[in-house]
Amino acid sequence: MSYQVDENGFYGPYGGSYVPEVLFSNVEELAENYQAILDDPGFQNEFKRLLRLYVGRETPLCPSPYLSELYGACIWLKREDLCHSGSHKINNTLGQVLLAKRLGKKRIVAETGAGSHGVATAMACALLKMPCSVYMGEVDMERQFPNVERMRLLGAEVIPAVSGSKTLKDATNEAFRHWINNPTDTYYVIGSVVGPHPYPDMVTRFQSVISRELLDQVPELTEQSLPDYVVACVGGGSNAAGSFYHFLDHPGVRLIAAEAAGKGLNSGFSAAATFLGKEGILHGTKTKFMQTEEGQVLEAHSISAGLDYPGIGPLHAYLHDTGRAEFVAVTDDEAMAAGIALSENEGIIPAIESAHALAALAQLRLKPTDVVVLCLSGRGDKDLETYINYSTSQKANHESVK
Amino acid sequence: MSLLNENRLSKMFSSPGKKRSIYLTAGYPKLHDTVPLLEILQNSGIDFVEIGIPFSDSIMDGPVILNSHQIALGNGMTMDVLFDQLAAVRAHISIPIVLMGSMNPVYQYGFDRFCKQCEKVGVDGLLLPDLPVIEFKKHYSDFYRENNIAPVFMISPQTSSARLAEIDGLTESFLYAVSSSSTTGASSKMEDSQAYFEQLQIQNFRNPVVIGFNIKTREDIKFVSQYADGVIVGSAFIQALEGGFDPDKITGFIEGLKD
Repeated sequence: MSYQVDENGFYGPYGGSYVPEVLFSNVEELAENYQAILDDPGFQNEFKRLLRLYVGRETPLCPSPYLSELYGACIWLKREDLCHSGSHKINNTLGQVLLAKRLGKKRIVAETGAGSHGVATAMACALLKMPCSVYMGEVDMERQFPNVERMRLLGAEVIPAVSGSKTLKDATNEAFRHWINNPTDTYYVIGSVVGPHPYPDMVTRFQSVISRELLDQVPELTEQSLPDYVVACVGGGSNAAGSFYHFLDHPGVRLIAAEAAGKGLNSGFSAAATFLGKEGILHGTKTKFMQTEEGQVLEAHSISAGLDYPGIGPLHAYLHDTGRAEFVAVTDDEAMAAGIALSENEGIIPAIESAHALAALAQLRLKPTDVVVLCLSGRGDKDLETYINYSTSQKANHESVK
Repeated sequence: MSLLNENRLSKMFSSPGKKRSIYLTAGYPKLHDTVPLLEILQNSGIDFVEIGIPFSDSIMDGPVILNSHQIALGNGMTMDVLFDQLAAVRAHISIPIVLMGSMNPVYQYGFDRFCKQCEKVGVDGLLLPDLPVIEFKKHYSDFYRENNIAPVFMISPQTSSARLAEIDGLTESFLYAVSSSSTTGASSKMEDSQAYFEQLQIQNFRNPVVIGFNIKTREDIKFVSQYADGVIVGSAFIQALEGGFDPDKITGFIEGLKD
C-alpha cells in the first residue's frame, strides 16, 4: 500500500484541490513545480544549510529515564523543541519561503493559531528578506499576545481575523481570502499538512527531516535499526507527518497520533477530528473534520492553541482509515499533568501540544524492550501562562476539596 | 447542441437585452425572507437570481456576504429549510434561479439527492466555486445532467486561455466572470478591469458571459454591460438588506440600479 500522494493530489479518497478558480492557477503552478524545486540540488543544499546553521539541526534524540521508568520501556525524545523558534514549525517555513523566492513571489502571507507558525514564518521572512503578513484570530491574539509582539519585532504585519470564531480556522480563511485578493505576487505559507494539493505533501516533505534524522539516530543510539513506536501529537498534523514519513513503509513501526480531546470527547469542547469528525471539504482539501450534520464547520476546543483546529490533514485521515496510524485522544487534564511531570522530573518544559503526545504513552501497552520515539515538537515557554493558571486552579480545587 | 433540455436560463439568455441578476443569501435577513425577496426582485424586472447557501467558512466571500451567512445560519437556515421554502416557488416565480455555495454543505446533503431536490423545486443552475472542474467531470456531471441542472463555473483574470476553453465547454448556461481577482464585495473599480473585460469580449465563447463581484452602482452596471451579456449585484444588495427587509427600500434599490 502506498502512503504517497497520487498524481491528482489524493491519499486514497482524501486530499485533492478544492479551490476557487481565482486560486486555481496559483495552486497549479505550485503543484507543477514543487517536486522539481524540492529535488533540485541547489535548493536542497540551501535548505540543508539553513536547517543546520540557522535552525540548529540535527536535533538530538534524548533518552528519557523518567518516562522509561514510568512506562517500563526505552523511551526517547526527539527534541524538536530545541529548534530555533522553539518548535518544528521553522523546518517548514524556511522551506516554503525559499520555494516562494524560487517561484518569483514578492510577498508572504500566513495564518497562525497559537503563533508558533506565525513566528516561524516571520523569522524565515526576516532572514530571507520577504515582506510578511500573518493572520491571527482576534481571540488568539489576546490569548497569545507575546507571540503577536514577537512577530511584530521580526518585522511582520499581524492582521486580526475577525470573522467566525476568530481562531485558527478563521485565520486560515482570512489568509485564503488575502491570497484570492493578491494572487499574482503573494505566496501563502500554510503551517500544517492541510490545504489544497500540493500543500499536504509539500509540508510533509519539509517536515520529513525529523524522521530522516531518526533513521540514523535510532540505530546509532539504540540496539534496534528501527523504533517500535513513533508517537506525535496531531492538530493539523505537521510534526506527526514529519515524524512518521520515513517509517510509513515499515509496517513494524507502530505510528501513534495523539489528538486533543479537550475537556473530553463527549463534552462538546474537543478537537479530536478522527473521533468526532467526518469526511468533507474544508480549506481546499477533502479530509475529516468536525462539522454539523448540515456540513457547517464546528469550533474546536483544546487547552493547546496549536491543536485547536477542527480537522486533520488528508494524509492523517488516510492513515487513520487504513489503520496505518493509531489515533488516541488525550484530554486537557491528561496533557497538562504530563507536561508538568516532564518539567519536574526531567527539566524539560514541553509545549502543551507535545504534552498530548507524552500523555498518550499511558494508553500504550509497552514492553520493556520496546523502543519508543516521541516527537517533542515544541517548547513550553509560550505556554507559561497556561501552565501557571492551570497549576493555580488545580491548587484551588485541591484546597476546596480539603 | 446543448446537453440539457431547454431550461429557464437558456431561454432567458436567448431573449434580447443585457441581463441583470441579484445575489441573495438564503434565510437573510430573516429566515423566511427568501421567497418574498424573490417576488420583489421578479416584479422589479430582475432577469434571474442567485440564491446563496450559507456556509460557516466560505473563503470566496468578503465581510458583507460572510456576515449574511452567519446571520442566516443563526436564523436556522439549512438545506432542508431552503428546499421547503422553494417547494412551491414555481407557482409564482418564473425567473431562473441559480443556487450558489460552498461544496461541503452540498457534499454532506448528498450530491445526487441535492440535484434531485433542485430539479423538484425548479432550480435551473448550480454554481459551486470550490468544486474543481476535474472533480466535476469525474464524479458529478451526471447528477447535473440527469436533473436538468445547468452547471455554472467561474472564470477569473487568472484563468488561462486553455482553461477558459475547457470551462466554456463544460458550462451549460453562462460563464460567471469575476470582475477582478478578489473576494466578494471588494472595492475594486470596474474601470481598472477594462482590459480584462475587453479580453473576454473577443473570446469566442459558446456561453453568454455574466460579470459579477464588486458591482455596486448604476454606473458600474452601465460600464460592465458594454462588455458582457449580464451583470450580477451581490454584496451591495446584501448591504441594502442590513437592518431588515423593507419592500419599498428594496424596490427603490433595484430602481436605482436601472439606467
